[in-house]
Amino acid sequence: MKRLRRAIQPAIVPILAILSAFLVGSVFMFITDLENLAHFPTDPGGTIVAGIVNVGNAYYAMIIGAFGDPTRIIAAIGSNDPKVIAAAIRPLTETLVAATPLIFTGLAVAVAFRSGVFNIGVEGQFILGAMGATVAVLVFRGLPPPILLVVAIGAGTLTGAAWGFIPGFLKARTGAHEVITTIMLNYVAAQLVLFGLRSDFLRAPGSDAPVSKVLWTFVRVPLIFDLPAIRLHYGIVIALIMAAVVSWFIFKTTKGFELRAAGFNLHAARYAGMSAGGSIMLAMALSGGLAGLGGSFEVLGTAGQMTTDLSAGFGFNAIALALLAGNRPLGIVLAALLFGALRTGGGLMQVKTGIPLDLIVFIQALVIMFVAAPLLVRSIFRMNARPLDEGSTI
Amino acid sequence: MRLELKDITKRFPGVLANDRITITVDKGEVLGLLGENGAGKTTLMNILSGLYRPDSGEILIEGERRTFEDPRQAIAAGIGMVHQHFQLVPVFDVVESVALGSESVTGPLGTFDRKSARKRVVELSEQYGLNVDPDATIEDLPVGVRQRVEILKALYRKSDVLVLDEPSAVLTPAETEELFDIIRGLAEGGTSVIFITHKLGEVLEVADRITVLRRGAVAGTVNPKETTREQLAQLMVGRDVDLIVDKGPSKPGEVVLSLKDVFVMDDRFGMAVKGVTLDVRAGEIVAIAGVQGNGQTELVEAIVGLRTIDSGEMSIGGEAVHRASPRHIADLGVAHIPEDRIRDGLIAPMTISENYILNSYHRQPYSSRGVLDRKEIASHAAQGVQDFDIRTPSIETMAGSLSGGNQQKVVVAREFSRPLKLVVASQPTRGLDVGSIEYIHSQIVAQRDDSGAAILIVSTELDEVLAVGDRIAVMFGGRIIGILEGAEATREAVGLLMGGEG
Repeated sequence: MKRLRRAIQPAIVPILAILSAFLVGSVFMFITDLENLAHFPTDPGGTIVAGIVNVGNAYYAMIIGAFGDPTRIIAAIGSNDPKVIAAAIRPLTETLVAATPLIFTGLAVAVAFRSGVFNIGVEGQFILGAMGATVAVLVFRGLPPPILLVVAIGAGTLTGAAWGFIPGFLKARTGAHEVITTIMLNYVAAQLVLFGLRSDFLRAPGSDAPVSKVLWTFVRVPLIFDLPAIRLHYGIVIALIMAAVVSWFIFKTTKGFELRAAGFNLHAARYAGMSAGGSIMLAMALSGGLAGLGGSFEVLGTAGQMTTDLSAGFGFNAIALALLAGNRPLGIVLAALLFGALRTGGGLMQVKTGIPLDLIVFIQALVIMFVAAPLLVRSIFRMNARPLDEGSTI
Repeated sequence: MRLELKDITKRFPGVLANDRITITVDKGEVLGLLGENGAGKTTLMNILSGLYRPDSGEILIEGERRTFEDPRQAIAAGIGMVHQHFQLVPVFDVVESVALGSESVTGPLGTFDRKSARKRVVELSEQYGLNVDPDATIEDLPVGVRQRVEILKALYRKSDVLVLDEPSAVLTPAETEELFDIIRGLAEGGTSVIFITHKLGEVLEVADRITVLRRGAVAGTVNPKETTREQLAQLMVGRDVDLIVDKGPSKPGEVVLSLKDVFVMDDRFGMAVKGVTLDVRAGEIVAIAGVQGNGQTELVEAIVGLRTIDSGEMSIGGEAVHRASPRHIADLGVAHIPEDRIRDGLIAPMTISENYILNSYHRQPYSSRGVLDRKEIASHAAQGVQDFDIRTPSIETMAGSLSGGNQQKVVVAREFSRPLKLVVASQPTRGLDVGSIEYIHSQIVAQRDDSGAAILIVSTELDEVLAVGDRIAVMFGGRIIGILEGAEATREAVGLLMGGEG
């Protein structure tokens, strides 16, 4: 019971923050629905009812769009027709596809955060990791596909790790602030990708755009379901395994202990005989490695070829996500699923109700804002709001 | 102005911080508010200053009932606070700092009327003998003067009641004496003073009346002329307390720590330690006395491997250690109780059991092949909590939520949990209550007698140095300017040396 309470405790504020964000989101939908509001002077009651119905429809569409229609799924499973099954479960699998890179990048941010390093360079580490995997595929294309896959993912991971190690090394040795160096290295990474994709070796034949050859010709991350138009690949499984591994590493190993100690209090870590610089470099390399792993799966599993816009801001969304999750691996998985669901569900919402997809970004931003201001959430829900330092100074 | 706090009760989740506390202070009176950490002093003062609202009870000024919704109302009612941690802007000068928040303005643009503010600051400074340069920048001022700026600030706002929260914690003995003179002057001028402390000697010296708090309630109110340190200590702790450290004569053995002409630089590349030569032998306690900032911090950091020695020789247990890492030094059997336990000794957001293994997590039985053994850690930490009487709900409690005394016990429990040759303790009892001080001292003496460890204690408190030191070395200006036998040392002799004379 006590364990259960301790497990739920950290989730309370994020959950309330999500609720608050959806609440504010519905108010926003209501007041921007000018067509409906036009009737307000003549029929206020009806307008409000219609507004509530509209908001309800929009959120309903979002949920169906993200997770699928349960009755339809049940019916489809009975039907044995792969096409029908695929159509029914497609929203759910798309949510998982969207969540996969977010889990990797979220874990990357969290590992660095845990050791007190603010890695804003996950975006760059992600795309360079994908680039590393791309290059490896084209260099070793003669290898049998299963081996080629392992080599490519390994190459992508190492590329990301190396890219993360650079700012870690600079911080540990020279004190260069990682926020500055990682932001700058994001630009360098983006330019490196662009440069690489302009080379004849990588570029798709006959294309002027910076797009790589189609990697799926040589290798592809295996799909989980053999159904038409279902893109869900084993990247999600690896992502979940990595969440467990990261959790084990942070909380159960001596290296993880050092990382957390250095993250909370560098002075005390030094006093206790730990190498603070070593922790920072290790954390940044691990962080970059996770991002690179995510990039490899994205390019080899979801996209199929390297492009300059492979990452839809995954590295930056990951920062928000890690904040929402309190840097806990399980929380990151859940938060990534939420963000993935918002992304896929938003599509159907837009189609069905005409509410622009931008509302999704609006809600995501609100979630983060409410998480960042736990006191605000506590006071909205009248949980005995008390400042953090109170009670400790008796 | 006569101030009364009547039957004040304040409850926090799980704690009754103030339990029907009643205190009064008359015009021109100095009330000493004495109590251990966690006795409820700070909560009571936060209620008085409008930061918290009491669950029940009332505040009376000149017999009239008042409620403070926020600190501004308390200030308007004439209550001035001087906090333990100063609330000053480092880059402001004295006049700006004092006027901040109550500036008078002139002209159509509302510019700060510096001239008249400066005039009042100078007047107040002279009237109460505060001796503050109105144009000095805060960051250039010594701590003792910054405190006087805080007092000036309260006076500038026309405070009739001045509350000083642990004012002597940051002061040297001489600065403390000056502060007492200022307090007496203020009282003569009709200001009421509430002086919060856990130091017995101070209330006896400066207070007209002493109210003792214990576990959130008033344990008694006494007249300083009719009481003794022992009686006060007993009221405060609730039982008899030994104020003298109980220890026999030392039996010095072989040299464990040897320093020969050691020079150490500080962070700004100035020479902080200028040629220290000192031997500490097994089975003896050497106490280094000195005012803060005379090279003690840098010397200790050099001994434990956190700072490299610029020149000179150092050996521990016969092994020369010139550029050894902190871990290497610790592995030689050296315990280190750092000066600032919150910054260096503990990781506040981590649990007690995690703090307990902070410097031995990489060894058996706490881990093997890089994986922590939670069971072993928990059982050893639980043993440490029991052996060192650490008051905590559980070993999974965050270290930061413990009281200062218990935090220090966690540090001591960790450091003393393995066989030791040398103990280096910096300000081991700073900010602790009488009960904890007594306990930590007895543990240190036990290390000397039972394990025959060599012990080096650095302290700025004369009482502590005299109580525990078998030999007393006084540091001044980066040098050891005198070594006295503990039995022969007097307050006067050590005090003179601390000031660089003698």
